[in-house]
Amino acid sequence: MNYAWNWGVLFQSPYLEWLGQGIAMTLAVSIAAWTIALGLGTLIGIFHSGASGAMRFVTGSYINLFRNVPLLLQMFLWFFVVPELLPKAAGTWLKRGLPYPEIVTAIVALGLFTASRVAVQVAAGIAAVPRGQSMAARASGLSTAQAYRLVLLPQAFRIVVPPLTSEFLTIFKNSSIALTIGVYELTAQTQQIQSFTYQGFEAFTAATVVYMAIALAVTTLMTVIERRVSIPGPAARG
Amino acid sequence: MSSFDISVILDALPFLAKGLGLSLGLTAVAMIGGLVLGLVIAIVRLSRFRVLAMLAALYVNGFRAVPLILVIFWFYFLVPLLLGRPVGALYSVLIAFVMFEGAYYSEILRAGLKSVRPGQWQAAQASGLTYLQTVRLVVLPQALRKMAPLMVTQGVVLFQDTSLVYVVSLHDFMTSASIIANTQNRIVELYVFAALVYFALCTAGSALAQRLSSDRQRAH
Repeated sequence: MNYAWNWGVLFQSPYLEWLGQGIAMTLAVSIAAWTIALGLGTLIGIFHSGASGAMRFVTGSYINLFRNVPLLLQMFLWFFVVPELLPKAAGTWLKRGLPYPEIVTAIVALGLFTASRVAVQVAAGIAAVPRGQSMAARASGLSTAQAYRLVLLPQAFRIVVPPLTSEFLTIFKNSSIALTIGVYELTAQTQQIQSFTYQGFEAFTAATVVYMAIALAVTTLMTVIERRVSIPGPAARG
Repeated sequence: MSSFDISVILDALPFLAKGLGLSLGLTAVAMIGGLVLGLVIAIVRLSRFRVLAMLAALYVNGFRAVPLILVIFWFYFLVPLLLGRPVGALYSVLIAFVMFEGAYYSEILRAGLKSVRPGQWQAAQASGLTYLQTVRLVVLPQALRKMAPLMVTQGVVLFQDTSLVYVVSLHDFMTSASIIANTQNRIVELYVFAALVYFALCTAGSALAQRLSSDRQRAH
């Protein structure tokens, strides 16, 4: 193997700045998308676990639709197709008026996609709460909304912390797909460093190390959360 | 924009079909290669060889921490460098997918191997089988049945992931649709059509996984 090592390239201008901007963009896109995913996914999950047949069908369709089309294609649909299908003024605004359209689109696409995965976990978490809890809540005179808010969801959320950790980790990795619509996140920046300097080894190693650090940080954070919210005592161990 | 033009899709069908062929072929190679590699990794991780088990864990956690696009870029850059001559994107991508899927399938297989009751391991060992014989003749046949739905689900995810070869301009289904969309200036038609095809195929795959898992539940 014939390769001229130069780790110093990572610390030179402008490559160091590119790396920094890439990390910031990956974090910003992922965290913004995660707030959408968590909020919308929880709502969809709740309705999917409910008794209404029509609601189950609507939420089930959302989940199936977003899970069965590749995320890359979903980004393209939001970025290229949706502006064409909207009324002319709205489409033009999306393409020209909206600031940073590629970043906003990436956040929305990633958020809506991940919401479908969060919804599945939340619905499964609610289903995992023993049935007696829901019956006892109704019997003691709570309304459906109260039963969810006060009895079912607090327990369901504790159950879904581990699977949600895995979805949270995945969103950082999936944010790399935003590079296909022109978002300069971490993977795109390191790819750019490699094409400018031919120091691919150094550039991709830097990206790998950063993604691993993010994974470690997220896992640690979620473990702390899991421990902080766990219900003490043997009865809580399900 | 003008109305939905279906003729552009009909004209492009042979080109799109070729792309779909590559997507499915890539899925098949990555699935088979990933299963074989994943099995080796899972067996090593569950074995008594501490150092090897640790290295295997490092491999799995490393690949699972990084995005597939980065892995594709890594191998697109590394494979020609290691071989000392340029090779097509296809070989780099095939290697990248097999290595990446190996990490994910090893986790499914490891969980499957561990889910077989300890009595089965002990009985096999007591009747004089070696470690590898125990895995091959006793544990694996039981684990595979349990794991079949998860493997199909992972296959559906993998099929969707093959669209990422777009970043190295390999002509899979996604990239082919994108090429026609841009050259014919028919973006809406092509991307909506591509979405429908992916949706139909992935829904069929998900339904298969569902059926395998309910078959299993009924058998117990």
